[in-house]
Amino acid sequence: MINIKITMNKNYFDILRAGVNTTFQDRGRKNLYHIGIPFSGVMDYRNYLLANGLVGNKNGDPVLEFAFQGPLLKFFGDKINIAITGEVNFTIKKKGNLIKGNCYQSIVLDNGDELDILSTKNSVYGYLALGGEIDLKYQWSSCSINTKANIGANEGKKLGTNQKINFLKINKDLNSKKLNHINTRIEKIRVIKGTNFDYFSEEAKNIFFTKEFNISKLSDRMGTRLEGPKIENVVDTNIKSEGLVKGVIQIPADGNPIIMLSDHGTIGGYPKIGVVISADYDKLVQLSPGSKIKFQKVELSDAETLFKLYEMETQNLISQIK
Amino acid sequence: MIKNISNLGDAALYCDFGNEVNKETNTEVIKYFKSIQFTNIQGVNNLTPSYNKLIVSFDLRKTNFKDLKKIIENLNVVESKNLENKKIEIPVCCEEKFSLDVKRLEEKLNINREKIYENFFKKEFFCYMTGFIAGMPFLGDLDINMRAKRLETPRVKVPKGSVGLTEQFANVYTYESPGGWNIIGNTPLNIFDSSKEKDPNLINPGDTIIFKKISNDQYQNYNE
Repeated sequence: MINIKITMNKNYFDILRAGVNTTFQDRGRKNLYHIGIPFSGVMDYRNYLLANGLVGNKNGDPVLEFAFQGPLLKFFGDKINIAITGEVNFTIKKKGNLIKGNCYQSIVLDNGDELDILSTKNSVYGYLALGGEIDLKYQWSSCSINTKANIGANEGKKLGTNQKINFLKINKDLNSKKLNHINTRIEKIRVIKGTNFDYFSEEAKNIFFTKEFNISKLSDRMGTRLEGPKIENVVDTNIKSEGLVKGVIQIPADGNPIIMLSDHGTIGGYPKIGVVISADYDKLVQLSPGSKIKFQKVELSDAETLFKLYEMETQNLISQIK
Repeated sequence: MIKNISNLGDAALYCDFGNEVNKETNTEVIKYFKSIQFTNIQGVNNLTPSYNKLIVSFDLRKTNFKDLKKIIENLNVVESKNLENKKIEIPVCCEEKFSLDVKRLEEKLNINREKIYENFFKKEFFCYMTGFIAGMPFLGDLDINMRAKRLETPRVKVPKGSVGLTEQFANVYTYESPGGWNIIGNTPLNIFDSSKEKDPNLINPGDTIIFKKISNDQYQNYNE
């Protein structure tokens, strides 16, 4: 009798299929670059905030981040509110009925319901917020999984099939919440000149800001490699190793740009032609392999204004969740 | 002294201390790094010291380039003598199974391995920076005759604990990782421990490092 009661109170998900790159992420960890540990954290911060907002989680709570194909999860327990953000195809199986899921709206799962995250559409990352407090290991105040250094929840490894997601607490408020939102695709990535801008020939600079580049398949949470016209270096293809930040565009000797993303190595020795502005980062990470992009030069003051506008837009979206 | 502060994107300051790679310039970088750490400046969320640069990353929601530049320019910088640097001994085993590239080095440097090890173990190293992968120390300076380039094709997996040489520097692979340094041995000592929240790095910028040769038996029994 007692055993049954304990089982009833325990809320968890069984991971029936993990997906290709499913990790827990939050806002990441600060002040560790100097020992070689990057920020990590969610790639698309806006969609992370919206997912948590839809299920009544606190700002800073972890979510499941998935890329391309997401997980298949089965819920056991009382009731839980969940929400998915991004551009995601998913279904919910409730008592044998298959329902097509909608992003940007909370959904209540009952005992035995299955959530099948099939794919991200014309994008890379999607977010699943689970209404409650997940039982996770924190390192340096963050549970973000860094699979390169094996830091964070789940021993720093991607989630695997047959694992469980356990909860310490489930949010009591199961009211339905919704937001009307369509993600827009970015065509021009705005960039501030990098600290080695003058290492490149006039022609190379011109090519960089006028020609089209392809997002290659060699892209992950550490960085994205681009293909396109080669960027010719006229000074030196190496610099003395120095710090990197996310958004830095390095040009190695082969002339193909690499953009540093959230799990990037903390130092590097390739010349920096530019840095993607903060306002465009969320949209940059969502460009799937094969996407074509162009770079546009902006000044620091423009970048600061654009970020303020982007932040206002995000806050505005959060306030529209009802 | 900082020669110039510019912006690296819209959320980082790029503090330039010159182009030289030497202990004096790097000590200046470390002084600024520690001073900013002690000061706890609003909005600063990361510091990356390297040979001759210091990158100060910040949260653009909380501060901006212009304000932060002013604060850094007017910073009270600690004295070198207050840097609290340590002296650390790192045991290294140079058995054949660990010294993956010593043969390559013999050819490239045109020195035999006995001499390579003699030069390496008598040297006192200075830690310029840590990073690339968590906890990896960049130690200098090797003598001119000990300087070799990276492997033409980097290894996909360099074993944890590998001690490598490239140009004027030595390093230790804190965990298994891709890499192209010339590997001459392996340490049983854990250089990076992610379970320690406070001091995960054994070696920090400014520290002095000496390598000590150990036998295979000593290596095997080291962690018992």
